[in-house]
Amino acid sequence: MNTEELQKADVELRELAETVLKFSKKYGASDAELSLNRGSGLSVEIHQENVDKLEYHRDQGLSLTVYMGQHQGSATTGDLSAQAIEDTVKAACNIAKFTGEDKYTGLADADLMATEKGDLDLYHPWNLSAEDAIQIATACEQAALNYDERIINSDGASISTYSGLSVIANSYGFTGVTPSSRHNLSCSVIAQAPNTTAMQRDYWYTTSRQHEALESAISVGKKSAELTLGRLKGRQISTRKSSVLYSPEMARSIISHFTSAISGGSQYRKTTYLLGSKGEKVFPDFIHLHEQPHLISGFGSSYFDRDGVATSDRDIVIEGVLQNYIMGSYSARQLGLQSTANSGGTHNLTLDSTGQTFDELLKIMGTGLLVTELIGSGINGVTGDYSRGAAGFWVENGEIQFPVEEVTIAGSLKEMFQNIVAVGNDVDPRSATQTGSILIEGMMVAGE
Amino acid sequence: MNASPFQQVEQQLLEPAGLNTSDIEKIFFHLKGADLADLYFQSNRFESWGLEDGIIKNGTYSIEQGVGVRMVVGEQTGFAYSDEISFDALIASAKAAAGIGKAGQTGRVQAWQAKDTQKIKALYQMDNPLASMTEDEKIALLNLADKEARAASPYVQQVIANIAGVHEHILIADNEGNLNADIRPLVRMNITVVVEKDGKRESAGTGGGGRFGFDYFTQADRVREYAQEAVRLALVNLDAVAAPAGSQTVVLGSGWPGVLLHEAIGHGLEGDFNRKGTSAFSGRVGEKVASNGVTVVDDGTLENRRGSLNIDDEGTPTNCTTLIEDGVLKGYMQDKLNAKLMGEQSTGNGRRESYAHLPMPRMTNTYMLAGKEDPQEIIASVTNGLYAVNFGGGQVDITSGKFVFSASEAYLIENGKVTRPVKGATLIGNGPDVLTKVSMIGNDLALDKGVGVCGKAGQSVPVGVGQPTLKIDGLTVGGTELQS
Repeated sequence: MNTEELQKADVELRELAETVLKFSKKYGASDAELSLNRGSGLSVEIHQENVDKLEYHRDQGLSLTVYMGQHQGSATTGDLSAQAIEDTVKAACNIAKFTGEDKYTGLADADLMATEKGDLDLYHPWNLSAEDAIQIATACEQAALNYDERIINSDGASISTYSGLSVIANSYGFTGVTPSSRHNLSCSVIAQAPNTTAMQRDYWYTTSRQHEALESAISVGKKSAELTLGRLKGRQISTRKSSVLYSPEMARSIISHFTSAISGGSQYRKTTYLLGSKGEKVFPDFIHLHEQPHLISGFGSSYFDRDGVATSDRDIVIEGVLQNYIMGSYSARQLGLQSTANSGGTHNLTLDSTGQTFDELLKIMGTGLLVTELIGSGINGVTGDYSRGAAGFWVENGEIQFPVEEVTIAGSLKEMFQNIVAVGNDVDPRSATQTGSILIEGMMVAGE
Repeated sequence: MNASPFQQVEQQLLEPAGLNTSDIEKIFFHLKGADLADLYFQSNRFESWGLEDGIIKNGTYSIEQGVGVRMVVGEQTGFAYSDEISFDALIASAKAAAGIGKAGQTGRVQAWQAKDTQKIKALYQMDNPLASMTEDEKIALLNLADKEARAASPYVQQVIANIAGVHEHILIADNEGNLNADIRPLVRMNITVVVEKDGKRESAGTGGGGRFGFDYFTQADRVREYAQEAVRLALVNLDAVAAPAGSQTVVLGSGWPGVLLHEAIGHGLEGDFNRKGTSAFSGRVGEKVASNGVTVVDDGTLENRRGSLNIDDEGTPTNCTTLIEDGVLKGYMQDKLNAKLMGEQSTGNGRRESYAHLPMPRMTNTYMLAGKEDPQEIIASVTNGLYAVNFGGGQVDITSGKFVFSASEAYLIENGKVTRPVKGATLIGNGPDVLTKVSMIGNDLALDKGVGVCGKAGQSVPVGVGQPTLKIDGLTVGGTELQS
């Protein structure tokens, strides 16, 4: 979506938002809130030098919630014609006639609405032609395929660009407009050791809001090949208690398990093993977790959450102690607390490093499992029981010995948080959650 | 007489846009040189209702419609879509999709002409499931779920119940002149409960559904059955002890544990991975990949099932495709593109999440046929092992063949008897050899209750799974307890 299209979308979606709010009043809603989006993009996937897929994306949609007193109704549509808009409002209002009275429902408190709506530098469209996209992805795949003769096949190199506009608005008169862009380049290849039948696959990717900030195609291809070769001749290890070092990419999942356990929804539904843990020490002293919603060009940056509530910098965990939950307006009311502007999720989390490099973490671990891939979703959010499939490397004397596959790692999340030994400074910048590797002791690794 | 599905779909999708078959011919003019091209028109009406804390908290209604245009030249696919169904939008999408044609040398030019529509025996009614009940009746269903769950045990603290339904109209026009239509109803109900006893909490959920109206849930005491089952599961897990860690004999229950087949072999037998040689099963047709007696099929032709389709999303009638017969790998699941490139026929497995997504080979209902053993005798044959009867989801790396699936209800087997419940644990194995470790097959084939969703390359589609009770000698169980 180029600047001209964006400006057109800005005018049209703002007008549509007003129309929707007007219709909502007309059909009996006391309040309403909505989000509108429009965006477009291009993606290309190359497989063995062939253009496997060339896709043009063009999306738009409206998502509306209306309130009739303390009754709520929702509707969505991908058709933004005048008739569809009116039908959608009617459908939402009709639903609100049948839902029950809920004293916690409704717009967020008016005095919480964001007033600061500056430019967070999230929109950098890329006028990428199909020809250029094909050329970049092909170069990326070639770099991987030519890296080593044990790279026997490709699972595809992909490039994509997407940009668009989102508008949220509510019947207080609040309007928040966010133009944004995201560009990705990835490569996945397959390796096989000579005289063996087993194949291994791994991948690497780069992502940014500014295409100039992407890693080069050659670098992405080579990295994907290196990672894939590293997995050759992977094997099971025997079942044992072990320390586990999560690579930065995998470490993010530990933070996301934590944030879902302290989400307002899991707190008021009492579906969490960290129930009522505000003010409690849930991590060791050296753990600090921050939310910084206003980072320039951040993947999770925003001045307001989905309710329109103003975001601000905050500490979620200081010296291992949970400061507050992660709440939108609804769950905050359920808990008798104030919204933390997290309707729709968190905005840029950073877990502070304890200062060690990746190599230093390997030395601290001494013997244990370095985990570079996790599969499956064996997590019980109510009890915190954790059991997932894993692959990675066995480490002895602080040095990588051999690749490991077909094992599981298991523990209890509550204990795992307490058993964190260190957080590396090898931060993976490709996400709204930033962390280095995380070393956890005392987990169970199951294999042979 | 009612209008045929084709006439109804035409009324829903083409007539409002003023489109007719001569317009379609003009669109295909822009897709000249295609080995394969299609226009996929779709409209969806979706509705859901949710109960929590004894209150109907929310409801949502969605309108989605659009058209996707695909052009394939050789191995190359060009694709564009529009959420506006109009002649101009179709032309714009066709021109964009045809961008792929520049790279291709093959292809033939042929005038487009509509053929007669195929007559297919319908596997489900085309009635609108959203209109199968009034709003008050739908709400009554959820209130009944709440009441039944709370009545099932005094330890129930929270009940979350949802119903959702969709009425989908699709029309596929392909470059061979075929025009195929389908009208697909789909409903489901889910009940999740939280129980608390002696300061310990657990949660569990269950549900069901298929291709019919919401009235399905009013029959045969289904709501009570789901509610009681969710409560039973949660209470069992309250008393669960740590699961053992390491390789052991595992007996899998019938029905939903068939997710094993979906992950361990199903994905690896999808045509796209095998055409590209990226699957651990690539080039292995005719080889022994499972124990004698193991026969696995993918069957899209079962009446009213969640994974069933009259025609797939490329217009091909669905089939019952044998994947493994008596332990031997027989073939792959194919869509048109991959079948053509591999010199095979589409098996009716070309599916897509929506008009905004490209079709690819996907499963429908995947299950193992029954064997001869009495399930009780299978359990009695195990000295020490795990009996796993309910599962959450799973995942597979199709290249290495490593797959996982996570038990949500499991018990220890000690000296041939099912004893204590153990906490949920992830099971991990290697797809190409896990079925060679099947040593007993039960006579109790069951299919799941109809809530399965499969994700692949960012696209979700409804699927079914099933199997009889199975004994597997040696699966790695991801528990926390060292075995003595």
